[in-house]
Amino acid sequence: MTLTHHISDEILLSYAAGALPEAFGVVVASHISLCDDCRARMTGFDALGGAILERETGQPVTDTQLGEMLTLIAHLPQDSAAARPSTRSATPKKLSQGQLPAPLCDYVGERLDSLPWRAVGGGVRQYVLPTKGTARARMLYIPAGTKIPDHGHGGMELTLVLQGSYHDADDSFGPGDIDIAGADTQHTPVAAENMPCICLTATDAPLRFRGLLPRVVQSFLRI
Amino acid sequence: MGKAPDSDDPDWGSVMHRIAEARDIDSFSAVFRHFAPRLTSFLMRSGATRAEAEEVTQDVMTVLWQKAHLFDPRRASLSTWIFAIARNRRIDRLRKERRPEPQEVLWGPEQADDHTEAMIMKQDTAHLTRALTELPEKQRKLIERAFFGDLSHSDIARETGLPLGTIKSRIRLALERLRHSMSQTTR
Ligand SMILES: [Zn+2]
Repeated sequence: MTLTHHISDEILLSYAAGALPEAFGVVVASHISLCDDCRARMTGFDALGGAILERETGQPVTDTQLGEMLTLIAHLPQDSAAARPSTRSATPKKLSQGQLPAPLCDYVGERLDSLPWRAVGGGVRQYVLPTKGTARARMLYIPAGTKIPDHGHGGMELTLVLQGSYHDADDSFGPGDIDIAGADTQHTPVAAENMPCICLTATDAPLRFRGLLPRVVQSFLRI
Repeated sequence: MGKAPDSDDPDWGSVMHRIAEARDIDSFSAVFRHFAPRLTSFLMRSGATRAEAEEVTQDVMTVLWQKAHLFDPRRASLSTWIFAIARNRRIDRLRKERRPEPQEVLWGPEQADDHTEAMIMKQDTAHLTRALTELPEKQRKLIERAFFGDLSHSDIARETGLPLGTIKSRIRLALERLRHSMSQTTR
């Protein structure tokens, strides 16, 4: 799989710093699970966090503080080294085999066909992931050749293509690709003609599909 | 090699190994003395009160004691490993969210030169720390701010009076410089 669209430094930095809302974290972690390039950059940002921690100075530990800490751990059960999980675990999942990235499976299960999709009009279906916080992550199913509903978004939108592809005026996005749109982006993607497109999208402001559903329905569907 | 242990630059891989295998209290105390002040300071600069920061520090050190066997000096420096634990504890405690983690990668068969890999990781870490120290202060401050927490660029813009575009380009410039000096020292 050749990935051409990656996560920006800005977003990777926020993810490493722990500042990214959970909904965006699912998208980032899912792409990294498929992309060695972004994984390498993430590792670099984690190391940067470590270097910043190392450069910190603070008041030296007092004997009282150390004593308190030692008392605390003295009463703790220790994880047995035998329980050491193998880092040589499963083979990373490949989208080409119709499988979902592991971080996404934690939210939606392994299989796409058992997902409780809900129709949002025009043949488009969605499933909102159970993430905490105000940002939302959702899976979108867009029939082949269909325009993704014209949605204004007040903030950032981060999309990972899982199956099929879509294109907008400037570019096209295939499985594993990341699409980053800002508040000012005019975005009218169309799914490719050959197959339906399934993607994972995070938004930090409520997504409003225009002209498809009355508002009351929108709020009911947590769009 | 063959050098006496350096108190400023201990071999954390061996120290952690002694904690994992022998539950060695002296080794744990050494890690605590080195990292607890740094962690508490880091957390306070991230907006925690002293009491909160000390509590999270104890949390993190507890995790370190219990999960010492998971530390792999070939994959990360100890400061990076501790940073990641602290970051996840903060997300857990302050936002009550979880942090989605990428799937673990496969590591090749265990090599006889694990020690070499750990040494390379240690050198890389030293290079990065030096590169960070050599950054122009304004750039380094912004990178640090980005790591200190939930502050968005627009919050930083409000506080520093810098336009958003300037902040973004300074951060970008800082990252470029870091990458450049890393490539100079390692290639
Ligand atoms: Zn990537």
